[in-house]
Amino acid sequence: MINYLPILSLFVLAVTFAFGTILASHLIGPKNPYREKLSPYECGMPPVGNTKERFPIKFYIIAMLFIIFDIEGVFMIPWAVVFKRLGMFGLIEMGVFIAILLIGLAYVWKKGALEWE
Amino acid sequence: MTEFVTIMIVKMVVIFAAVMGTMTYITLAERKILGYMQIRPGPNRVGPWGLLQPIADGIKLFLKEDIIPDKASKAVFVIAPAMALIPAVMTIAVVPFGPTVTILGRPVDIYMADLNIGILYIFAVSSIGVYGIVLAGWASESKYSLLGGLRASAQMISYELSMGFAIVGVIMMSQSLSMVKIIEAQQGVWFIVPQLFGFIIYITAAMAELNRTPFDLPEGESELVAGYFTEYSSMKYAMFMLAEYINIITVSGIVTTLYLGGWSGPVLPPLLWFVIKLLAVVFFMIWVRATVPRLRYDQLMTLGWKVLLPASIVNILLTPIIMKIFGYL
Repeated sequence: MINYLPILSLFVLAVTFAFGTILASHLIGPKNPYREKLSPYECGMPPVGNTKERFPIKFYIIAMLFIIFDIEGVFMIPWAVVFKRLGMFGLIEMGVFIAILLIGLAYVWKKGALEWE
Repeated sequence: MTEFVTIMIVKMVVIFAAVMGTMTYITLAERKILGYMQIRPGPNRVGPWGLLQPIADGIKLFLKEDIIPDKASKAVFVIAPAMALIPAVMTIAVVPFGPTVTILGRPVDIYMADLNIGILYIFAVSSIGVYGIVLAGWASESKYSLLGGLRASAQMISYELSMGFAIVGVIMMSQSLSMVKIIEAQQGVWFIVPQLFGFIIYITAAMAELNRTPFDLPEGESELVAGYFTEYSSMKYAMFMLAEYINIITVSGIVTTLYLGGWSGPVLPPLLWFVIKLLAVVFFMIWVRATVPRLRYDQLMTLGWKVLLPASIVNILLTPIIMKIFGYL
């Protein structure tokens, strides 16, 4: 665990630096707020409508596909470390796994989940 | 124990300061190189050859008014820039700048930590940076910010997949996740030779992950003003810039480690070799920015999901064959 001590100390340094500079510049900088300055930027026009816009469901599908493929990626990394020791068996096993993965990708592709119009 | 902690803290401060210094001068280098590539001198007013420009920029940003829009979710709006910066700084911990050297009679490693899960740690921590961007876009309560944040998150998660699959090839060849062991495995041939295909996939995906041109749609100024940081000003805005440029250094460091043999090289000291290779990768990224126009959003998604993702999976299948040819198996 001693290996992780530098990471913890770097985390403390990063947090201190980030919030420290934000706070310092907040205290030092001039403060002259008025209503127009504090409204959301819309190219100088008065803001129109709601700022919480509805957005395409496409983004949701992408997020879902990401989780699926990312989990499969997680399986591959430990396999890659020991694949020499697993020999031919491990290679064929992973070949089958990747084939299933590619079929999945082909299915998603065919269904049109990857299309952006 | 006290000695261990002292060395650790000194190393941490030195590496942090060195990365911060390099980062500020990479901003100048970028403007200068882009300038010369477009046949104009770039910044040359502040100091000789514009050398004081980054310092002037830093002071200017630090002293600007800190605006928090009245509609914004205040707490999240303040936390988001820090959440982008903190993971960026933390990934530096495992970048191996140089091997063990003797300073004042003590062996000192020129890296902060050699984790046995090194590369996995980088992927885990750097993907937290996406939260900073999404939250910044969401908390600003501005349409440009929201769209920019959404685009950024969709882009970053799409390209993270190909990035993850591309490094599987390197791990197969080095049989380890530790950054130091990966460098040691490249004493014979740099992995860019057997893993050329993986290298191309990795560097393309990494540039998309960094939101660099030609993949800078999240902040495409001609359509989204500045994307997710439209509403940010002062040091909070600078924080996103810091995070972006620190990430450029980290990614260049990873490319150097995984594909370019890390610190290994003849004659010159190892640390210098690492810096030379790292800066060469940074220069390459700036060069690409000056050369390639921005992609359209559907082209971006097509490239990520229909080209790089299948290609990176095929690369995993090809790696055992390549290893057989190069005599690793």
